[in-house]
Amino acid sequence: MKKHRYLRLSGLEPLVVTPESNFINVGERTNVTGSRKFLRLIKDGKFDEALNVARDQVEGGAQILDVNMDEGMLDGKYAMITFLNLIASEPDIAKIPIMIDSSKWEIIEAGLQVVQGKSVVNSISLKEGETEFVRQATLVKRYGAAVIIMAFDEVGQADTYERRIEICKRSYDILIHQVGFPAEDIIFDPNIFPVATGMDEHRLNALDFFQATKWIRENLPHANVSGGVSNVSFSFRGNTVVREAINSAFLYHAIQHGMTMGIVNPTLLEVYDNIPKTLLKRVEDVLFNKREDATERLLDFAETVKDDKKADVAKVLEWRSYPLQERITHSLVKGIDTFIIDDIEQARQESEKPIQVIEGHLMIGMNVVGDLFGSGKMFLPQVVKSARVMKKAVAYLQPFIEAEKDGKQEFAGRVLMATVKGDVHDIGKNIVSVVLGCNNYEIIDLGVMVSPEKIIETAIAENVDIIGLSGLITPSLDEMVYVSKELQKRNITIPLLIGGATTSRAHSAVKIAPNYSHTTVHVNDASRAVTVVGNLLQQDNKVYKKQIREEYDKFREQFLKRGKQKDYITIEEARKRKFQIDWNTTEIIKPKQLGVQVINHFDIAKLEPFIDWSPFFRSWDLHGKFPNILTDELVGEQAAELFADAQALLKRVFNEKLLKAKAVFGLFPANAVNDDDIEVDNKHQSDVFTFLTLRQQLEKRPGVPNMALADFIAPKDSGKQDYMGCFCVCAGFGTAELAKQFEEENDDYNAIMIKALADRLAEAFAEYLHKEIRTNFWGYADQETLSNEELIKEAYHGIRPAPGYPACPDHLEKRTIWKLLKVQETIGVELTDSLAMWPAASVSGYYFGNKNAKYFGLGKITPDQLKDYAKRRGISNEEAEKWLRPSMAD
Amino acid sequence: MSNIKQEIQKRILVLDGAMGTMLQRYNFSEADYRGDRFKAYPTSLKGNNDLLSLTQPQAIAEVHRKYYEAGADIVETNTFSATTIGMADYNMENLVYELNFESAKIARQVADEFTKVNPSKPRFVAGSIGPTNRTASLSPDVNRPEYRAITFEELRVAYKQQVEALIDGGVDVLLVETIFDTLNAKAALFAIDEVNVGRKMNIPIMVSGTITDASGRTLSGQTVEAFLNSITHIPLLSVGFNCALGADQLQPYLQRLAHETNVFTSAHPNAGLPNAFGEYEQTAKHMQKLIENYLKNDLVNIIGGCCGTTPEHIKAIAEVAAKYKPRQTSVQTETF
Repeated sequence: MKKHRYLRLSGLEPLVVTPESNFINVGERTNVTGSRKFLRLIKDGKFDEALNVARDQVEGGAQILDVNMDEGMLDGKYAMITFLNLIASEPDIAKIPIMIDSSKWEIIEAGLQVVQGKSVVNSISLKEGETEFVRQATLVKRYGAAVIIMAFDEVGQADTYERRIEICKRSYDILIHQVGFPAEDIIFDPNIFPVATGMDEHRLNALDFFQATKWIRENLPHANVSGGVSNVSFSFRGNTVVREAINSAFLYHAIQHGMTMGIVNPTLLEVYDNIPKTLLKRVEDVLFNKREDATERLLDFAETVKDDKKADVAKVLEWRSYPLQERITHSLVKGIDTFIIDDIEQARQESEKPIQVIEGHLMIGMNVVGDLFGSGKMFLPQVVKSARVMKKAVAYLQPFIEAEKDGKQEFAGRVLMATVKGDVHDIGKNIVSVVLGCNNYEIIDLGVMVSPEKIIETAIAENVDIIGLSGLITPSLDEMVYVSKELQKRNITIPLLIGGATTSRAHSAVKIAPNYSHTTVHVNDASRAVTVVGNLLQQDNKVYKKQIREEYDKFREQFLKRGKQKDYITIEEARKRKFQIDWNTTEIIKPKQLGVQVINHFDIAKLEPFIDWSPFFRSWDLHGKFPNILTDELVGEQAAELFADAQALLKRVFNEKLLKAKAVFGLFPANAVNDDDIEVDNKHQSDVFTFLTLRQQLEKRPGVPNMALADFIAPKDSGKQDYMGCFCVCAGFGTAELAKQFEEENDDYNAIMIKALADRLAEAFAEYLHKEIRTNFWGYADQETLSNEELIKEAYHGIRPAPGYPACPDHLEKRTIWKLLKVQETIGVELTDSLAMWPAASVSGYYFGNKNAKYFGLGKITPDQLKDYAKRRGISNEEAEKWLRPSMAD
Repeated sequence: MSNIKQEIQKRILVLDGAMGTMLQRYNFSEADYRGDRFKAYPTSLKGNNDLLSLTQPQAIAEVHRKYYEAGADIVETNTFSATTIGMADYNMENLVYELNFESAKIARQVADEFTKVNPSKPRFVAGSIGPTNRTASLSPDVNRPEYRAITFEELRVAYKQQVEALIDGGVDVLLVETIFDTLNAKAALFAIDEVNVGRKMNIPIMVSGTITDASGRTLSGQTVEAFLNSITHIPLLSVGFNCALGADQLQPYLQRLAHETNVFTSAHPNAGLPNAFGEYEQTAKHMQKLIENYLKNDLVNIIGGCCGTTPEHIKAIAEVAAKYKPRQTSVQTETF
């Protein structure tokens, strides 16, 4: 329980200053008076780069961030508000408390009004008299900040021990007794002045500070002491060695005397114990005024130390001085491609054969990557970056290897990868390919929509060790079953890996494994793929294969045996329990514009605010909700890096117009007929179009309806004219070409990235268009104002369910939409045999505008509805079952 | 009048449950929301629950009554959205004072009825101060992260008006609740402090934040401890959490809060998490069991319910709360 009166600050995270705390380091680079670079960035309005300065400070260990915008040429108030607002949207920076630094009260107050955490005001003082001091302190308290009090009064700045303690005591008493300021929120700055200036009145500058600090800590309960340290060595500007020694010796002793926090430039600090003894002696003589000639002796010494070039660059690139293998490993682990060709060239010259560079240097590095990934210390995006470096290195070596002829890369195994026929989704498959590639497997990637024949022919011709099948849409599940049967027929024995969003261990065990008498394994993420493939390809893999087989057999038995937990009702009964809307009173709004409309030229940059980022991270195996994922303890750093890379590519997409987006949509008069169907009247086409919807059949609590989408449309016999719409959007025109281009540059990272982004843009486009429909084209919600978060949470009226998703798992409905809107003819999005959309970054669906319409999941249906559906659709029961199998109750 | 600061030392105080859930049961139509007075009002008014204090005051009083009957010590005024910012949606900014004043009066009257019948259990009224629908430290526009849809100053002015009216209407305590952006809450506390100093009074303040999801942070990104550090500069009667989560999901955060603070603590969680249709299904019995865990662990001084809770829930909570001693804190020191 909180008992102690400690200084407690906060950004997004807390900072508590206790006696056990180490010195609290305040980042000082985001200060226009102290950093010319930062000033220039703010002056030029380059706030993005200015944020990087702040981020560097946090990453460099700053625990509080000092922000100062006091410069004559700047609108300080505007700059302070803008910069602090920007920091608030960067969780990696905003996690630490802010120090609002200004000599102007109006800038301080502007800062206090935009910071949610408990910040520190730097500073107020008695300079303008007691009344103003009390007024400012009262406001600081009311805004909920701690405060730095400068040792300054109406007479001037305190420059002796006595003046320091006099002003601090007076300030403290006013704050405690008149303002009621919490003592622990008071921080004194007793003025750090330069030493060794040659002037006699400065001889006690350090010593007086130390002693005043000690006095404050002993006599003004709970108060803290702070100061700007670098100032102390001001007279040795240009002599880094001496400056660093003075700074760190001063800091060391100031802390000993009770200074708790301060502004220290970490690049101007030597480790106290590393200061050469002769130099330290002379510095301490100055600080403590121990000798008459202390200053002269330090000056003399300073002459003898020439500045070593301790440039920052050198420090950053320290790893470049490591031995060759370590440099290569470093490049691979960190995903840095700047130096890899130089290093590989050196390795090649030192090796007998170029192939040895791959088998030796690069594999050693990639093994480190593999180990780190396997133990959860590296994350997927990093590994894909490592792969990019690896590929560049291999591409460089390739001509040398071919020239030698006899050397061929030895792989650990050969893996065939394919997205099955009818499906176009390959992000996950590509990630698995890259990760396996990193682990020295040779990947034969057959791409998307690969026929079973091609898979089998290639597997035989290339003598592969593993076949990996991937797919995202539900019909792909059946296609995988078909492939497994074909493999069996052809007497193939190669282990089969199954992966992709709709696949599951249950489906693999129950529907695939029984068809294939050899190994079938379901792999749900890329990191597991490495282990599974490794186990399958080890010399003695019989045990492992047997284990898998037994595991799946057992799983299947249990799955099939599990008690019938769910009861279903007949379709007739379900129809009686349909979702009720009172059509006499419900409001039906006629769309402002009926008919079909096409958007062929769309500024894709408009979609950025509509992007839902969380699924993007999921596609990279980083799990968590955006934006919190960026600060997640475990994956936050990786997520933030991935996000930055995504932003960079997205910017290119927008600026260079790399992707094209198109849409077609229509709004029509419509009525529900025969319970579950919806008749759509398109005046321009003679056919009558009918959407078939499926109805929930799970037995529910009394009063809870069994829904079908048709329930949201007024039935014909109600006599009311109702309306509905449908749409297809695509943001993927150009994706395949771009991905190919990246692949050719050995940049799988961006090849995968562009596809993941295109998917997000397509979803964003669907969200954007839905909003336009609600507020404009249909116009039933023209008052609507929703934030992006609310949009993602679907806090609006009306729904846009998509065929193939829970409310209507029936992919065949897409064909009706395609005919009704002439999707292929107008915008060029095609349907594959399995009814996947191509380009893949497409979304299609219906619009329902009734305010009672809501999303639901169909769940499972029973054979009576299937038969009824087949009749309505005009297809055989077998054909119907083929499409609806994933929705059939067992 | 009995003092809430004394009562809270003696026992665990029970706060009421959801107002919205109860009002839904009345199935009020657009016409009911309008009443006679707003018959011809140009804006659609259905859904403006705070307005019901003027157009259906007997219903509001009835809900308060049901909660007091269930054993609540404190009910919240029907003013969650009654600021100029919340009322802008209905073009009713000029009604803000009246809404708060009348809501406070309704609750005050019912509270006094109950106290009169049983003076040994004095009943209190908390003026509900919601978060508004704007965030002061987050941009609604991802393209302009520096942009804010509302300023601290706008919030301060709006909150101050609400606070003045609630106090004039007779509330015993102010409850700044469902805080998803700490900066909004700081503006409310700023306004309350101004009013307190201006009126030379010291109305007790309850503060209640909202942890939005399993990340354990507020919507504006703060951890439990950071949130606490950001709002305890003003002396508080209590600090706690409400909404968003059910009692079980909330417990770890409440635990951290109780561990960190000397201030009295409060919790009014939802009746579990909503199902796919946005309905709350947790029964009173189930919630009672979860709340008993709080009590066993000595976590709260004030306990109630948020979304989905009903008088049945509050009755169950009051029953179990009566069996336990309040959480012990070190003695509160007044700094005024």
